[in-house]
Amino acid sequence: MDTQTVINTAVLSASPRTENKGQKAEQTAVKKGYRSNTYFLLKLLLTVSGFIIAIGVSLFFPQKAEIVIKDYALSAFGLTLNLTMNDAYIFVLVMLIVIYTVTGLVSAGNKERRKKFCKNAAFRFALGIGLALWDIGGTKLAFFPQPFFPGPAQVIEAYLSDGEYIIQNIIYSLRLYAAGFSCGVVLGVGTGILIGWFPKVYYWVFPVLKITGVVPAVAWMPFALTLLPDTFTAAVFLIVICAWFQIAFLTAKGIQSTPKQSYEAARILGSSQKDLILHVAIPHAMPDIFTGIGSANAMAFTTLVMSEMLGQPGGLGYYINQSKVWSAYYKVLAAIVIMAVLFSFINYIIGRIQKHTLRWQEGVLKK
Amino acid sequence: MSSSIKISGVDRVYTDTDGVSVEALRGIDLDIREGEFISLIGPSGCGKTTLLRLIAGLDKPQAGELTIDGSKITGVGPERGYVFQQGSLFPWLDIEKNISYGLRARGVLKTKKEKVGEYISMVGLDGFEKSYPHQISGGMAQRVAIARALINEPKALLLDEPMGALDSFTRSDLQDKLLELWKKEGTTMILVTHDIDEAIYLSDRIVIMTPRPGKISKIIDVDLPRPRHRGGVEFLEMRRQILEFFRLAQALPQPEYNI
Repeated sequence: MDTQTVINTAVLSASPRTENKGQKAEQTAVKKGYRSNTYFLLKLLLTVSGFIIAIGVSLFFPQKAEIVIKDYALSAFGLTLNLTMNDAYIFVLVMLIVIYTVTGLVSAGNKERRKKFCKNAAFRFALGIGLALWDIGGTKLAFFPQPFFPGPAQVIEAYLSDGEYIIQNIIYSLRLYAAGFSCGVVLGVGTGILIGWFPKVYYWVFPVLKITGVVPAVAWMPFALTLLPDTFTAAVFLIVICAWFQIAFLTAKGIQSTPKQSYEAARILGSSQKDLILHVAIPHAMPDIFTGIGSANAMAFTTLVMSEMLGQPGGLGYYINQSKVWSAYYKVLAAIVIMAVLFSFINYIIGRIQKHTLRWQEGVLKK
Repeated sequence: MSSSIKISGVDRVYTDTDGVSVEALRGIDLDIREGEFISLIGPSGCGKTTLLRLIAGLDKPQAGELTIDGSKITGVGPERGYVFQQGSLFPWLDIEKNISYGLRARGVLKTKKEKVGEYISMVGLDGFEKSYPHQISGGMAQRVAIARALINEPKALLLDEPMGALDSFTRSDLQDKLLELWKKEGTTMILVTHDIDEAIYLSDRIVIMTPRPGKISKIIDVDLPRPRHRGGVEFLEMRRQILEFFRLAQALPQPEYNI
């Protein structure tokens, strides 16, 4: 909008002939776009219409392919509900419509959020259409090669049939991740500080870190599985080392790059040696520490899933492996969807912590 | 609070990695009186910053001695505040926390908490307590740096070209602020600068230094009444004298008359 106005003004001052046209354009521009209520409502409609079409397809498109549609009895709050996979799928679509409508109405009052919502409308519409096409190709006509590409309703069926078991596996994965990654962060930041602060430690430890750091953590699995008391500890160990080296490396770099002047300023103001580490070097290294945590996190996900696939009695990776054996590819997809959501959520949380911790840097990042 | 600083026979030689040594300072003798505003001025390489770092205790001389109120300077101490040229604020702390850093580091923040607000107002930064250094201008940042140094109530404040990176309007603003603080606190001020006008406007005495080897060539007493007028006749005369000393002022060429 602002650049538009600037351009208009530029046109105005450049040629008096277009003055009237320019003014008109400006007046209509005020009501155009996301500011206009009609426009916004149309965008809201566009957002949900994709999902409405998907519901329509699920309800009215003839089921040509031979797929068994089972009833699942769900009981909660003393009520028992019989659901087919299509009912569950439609329920999910309705939930999406409700969520997006509520988001739309909530963001209507805020200029920035309103703009963003309008911008996302096309993508969300395409998402709905994509689901509808997937439903036709995977479930209704089943012309995708089966059983590798089941429809969305079949993926949701996995949650109906295996719900409790999937939750157990999610909890197993989360426990592994939490134990391994938190230890990895603590050890990584700790060693990083020692390496960055003490030249002697740097001399002896840094080369070791540099060489071992490039080896993918899962390569250590044979040792981990034989030398450690149980498989859980072994997987924790693998996640720890993959996070540890990466974070230590970047923490050390951040500590070492602290400007000499910052230390001098702090010393003159009365800082002790301990103070210089805690209140100068570590805050200065924070952006690097978070870079390390971010990339270590991605590697930790990989290590987590791989070690679950190769020798854990539970977890989402284990569930995928187990489903693969039974050719239940809809369950594999169901687990992948959960991973996508779960790992995105973990990334989101880390992102929020990072944004809060580094808020002093925000302007620097914007520029 | 103020103090006298005695510098006697100080030498400082730097040797670089090729073994070439540079005499940054040779045979420096200087007595700085209590509560005095003194400027060290000279071209780059004359050792003025080196001398200031020696007084701060950030560096040690090879020969000679520096004392403050009779006791030898062996390292940094809270009785000597320091303001760097620029960029010495901690970017991860907001203005309030930057200013209170010294109190916290010395473990007296709890007992002297009310001083923080007082020093923020003193440098005219009310309302910016929660801003971060990247959000404020260069002039404001230097005022924060000055307040941060003064909150420790130093006997002497060492200023290393604190206004070197500022535009001329902000600079004269900050010079007046500095004079105001000096009058109020009575701190001994030692200013390193390359700006002759700034030195005359602020100082009781100007120490002129020359390079290779870095030494004191001349000390000028500035006995102009305060407040000083930057365009005054005596001011300009003193400026001319200093310029002449550095051979910067050349006689204007005689106009040619061709009749």
